[in-house]
Amino acid sequence: MIEIENVRKSFGPLEVLKGIDLTVQNGEVLTVIGGSGSGKSTLLTCINGLEPIDSGRILIDGTEVHAKGTDLNKLRRKVGIVFQQWNAFPHLTVLENVTLAPRKVLGMARAQAEEIAVRQLNHVGLGDKLKTYPGRLSGGQQQRMAIARALAMSPRYMLFDEVTSALDPQLVGEVLDTLKMLAQEGMTMILVTHEMAFARDVSDRVAFFHQGVMAEIGPPAHIFGDPQHPETRKFLSSSRQ
Amino acid sequence: MFNYTFQWKQAMARLPQMLDGALVTMQIALLSMLLGILLAVVLTMFRLSGIRVLAGFTKTWVEIARNTPALFQIYMAHFGVASLGIYLNPFLSLLVGITFNNAGYLAENFRGALKAIPDTQTRAARSLGLGAVGAFRHVVLPQMLRISFLPMTNQMVWAILMTSLGVTVGMNTDLYGVTQDLNALTFRTFELFAIAAVIFYVITKVITLGARLIAARLFRY
Repeated sequence: MIEIENVRKSFGPLEVLKGIDLTVQNGEVLTVIGGSGSGKSTLLTCINGLEPIDSGRILIDGTEVHAKGTDLNKLRRKVGIVFQQWNAFPHLTVLENVTLAPRKVLGMARAQAEEIAVRQLNHVGLGDKLKTYPGRLSGGQQQRMAIARALAMSPRYMLFDEVTSALDPQLVGEVLDTLKMLAQEGMTMILVTHEMAFARDVSDRVAFFHQGVMAEIGPPAHIFGDPQHPETRKFLSSSRQ
Repeated sequence: MFNYTFQWKQAMARLPQMLDGALVTMQIALLSMLLGILLAVVLTMFRLSGIRVLAGFTKTWVEIARNTPALFQIYMAHFGVASLGIYLNPFLSLLVGITFNNAGYLAENFRGALKAIPDTQTRAARSLGLGAVGAFRHVVLPQMLRISFLPMTNQMVWAILMTSLGVTVGMNTDLYGVTQDLNALTFRTFELFAIAAVIFYVITKVITLGARLIAARLFRY
């Protein structure tokens, strides 16, 4: 379970998160939508401790992420994150990209790490690209590799930060299909996305962020079918055009 | 106009001795390069550490190495430290001097290379649970060395050429030192130094070409 309690976060004079309260249950798929600068991506990087917060707290299975004594490296094994820019490691093959963390963080033997990596890469449809360097892959393939890389750590939670935003339109589908598959397998996920149809389709709940505040949250049918907050209505009508 | 009789045969008879010297030259250059790379990596980590004293140490090292003559650096490694009561033999002095120079230049090259690696690489590595050192070692360092590979080749060539400065601290077993001693014995000045120059040229050329082959094999991405 991920519990977010009254989290505030500023970059200089700009307050990007103005007291966020949110709980994500195990097995839940939560999508976060909102305009740029609404704080949704920042929230994800705060959840796995890549960004510090100013006040409030975030608990993952009861462990406070930003507490002094928290071993973030250990905590991050539970929480996978995939970014808008997929950040493939260019000097490693696809297989090595995926085995790096299991080997160096979990101390797995090469054979065991490769077995897991091959399974994850097959899962995302890259089983035939093991020895390829990321530079030879399309954006969509690199993004699926990044997903496999995160999954190879067997995380309990997955965070997806606009993972299709930097892709060519014709490559978006293959990545969304991968996400959908994960959702159906019961992975607990928080997705920040601009793909409204997809959000409507896979989410258990949808949260709408506006200027650092969670303006509205509810089942997709409510948020998309009968939004209560005027900003939600405005955002949805503009993104439908 | 010329009152000089070339005696190539006499000079060529000394070739085996000069080739022995060339081996010593390569040995010093190679050692100074390996040590220089290691030190430059440490200096780079100091710079990235965010600890002001360590970053300042790196900065000072780089400033001195790049902005003073290599001759001064080698001289200091011999006579400078000798006046402090530390005696290094000519071989060690030369090695220390060139290593100091290499480390300074390479640290600066590494700095440039690091700028070419996006911060998001470290971020992605950290998000997978790697610590700061692990992320540097497995993700940043290999890319940094890849980007700096050609500058490193240049520095290796420069290290070979810098060994000629060893004569100023009494080095006489390297290519340049051997040549100078032979010159004092035989006075075949032009011939001996011409041969030495050709040997220097061949060594540096082999290094450059070899580096290209290694790069092609090593960096297939």
